[in-house]
Amino acid sequence: MHGFANPARFLRMARWLMPLCLLAGLLLALPALAWGVGFGPADRLQGDSVRILYLHVPCAWLGMMGWSGIAVASFTEIVWRHPLAAVAARALALPGAVFTALCLVTGSLWGRPAWGTWWVWDGRLTSMLVLLFLYFAYMALAHAADDSQEGAPARLPAIFGLVGAVNLPIIHYSVLWWNSLHQPPSITAAVISGKSAMAADFLVPLLVGTLGFSLLFGGVVLARMRMLLANAQAEARLRRKAMAATTSTEAF
Amino acid sequence: MREAFDQWQFVIAAYAIGAAGIAALLGHSLWAMRRAERRRDSIIGRSAKRNG
Repeated sequence: MHGFANPARFLRMARWLMPLCLLAGLLLALPALAWGVGFGPADRLQGDSVRILYLHVPCAWLGMMGWSGIAVASFTEIVWRHPLAAVAARALALPGAVFTALCLVTGSLWGRPAWGTWWVWDGRLTSMLVLLFLYFAYMALAHAADDSQEGAPARLPAIFGLVGAVNLPIIHYSVLWWNSLHQPPSITAAVISGKSAMAADFLVPLLVGTLGFSLLFGGVVLARMRMLLANAQAEARLRRKAMAATTSTEAF
Repeated sequence: MREAFDQWQFVIAAYAIGAAGIAALLGHSLWAMRRAERRRDSIIGRSAKRNG
């Protein structure tokens, strides 16, 4: 792992890995979504609205995985000071926020026909909304820390990334801890017990789609890491040039 | 009395918003990456030329 903390080595790997992730992600996600929407069965109770599942669940998964990634990268940044850890955490923030927002919107669009309401202030929905606000706060904090000249608050986003991870088990267990209109976990329960609460007609395209979306997410994060590294390299070069110009002026 | 929903309207709206959001994220990320790498290459190229 330490080998990949070298930015030059990482960039060499990201150049071929990023398009591969994006292509494989599209090749898995699009057919899974098309099958789910166009050819999969409707649910006995929920009817056709259950087709939102194939988009809603990957978005929820990636919203949570995005923050898990931020927490791991933040921990790595604080403990081992990997040069790429802060870059990875910042690159994860926007995709994580977008997928969390999509999870909330698609969930609301599913809730109206399934529950008869767009929104309820229950544990699952509220903790997911809190996650979206945590992403916004993280992006603002990272932006402020990167703009700071003193360098003092540079580790503040990493600490915030770790503290914010407290929300993840709350999201996951909220449907078990509190009464909710939201259904209890069915996929993780199936993975743990080996018995699926979902028919294979729903489960297989859902898992394939989730894998595809995860690869797309990985490709987007790699693209954003390349952007952040390119910006850092350009800024470092400009700073060196400015310092060289100042030194030569002082010599005269 | 129960409201009758056309459930497909909700499905179509969810997928339209999802596709637009993911396409915007993908497009913005790739565009920002290309722009940043072009800027870096032009800065490094300029200083390499100046240094001979």
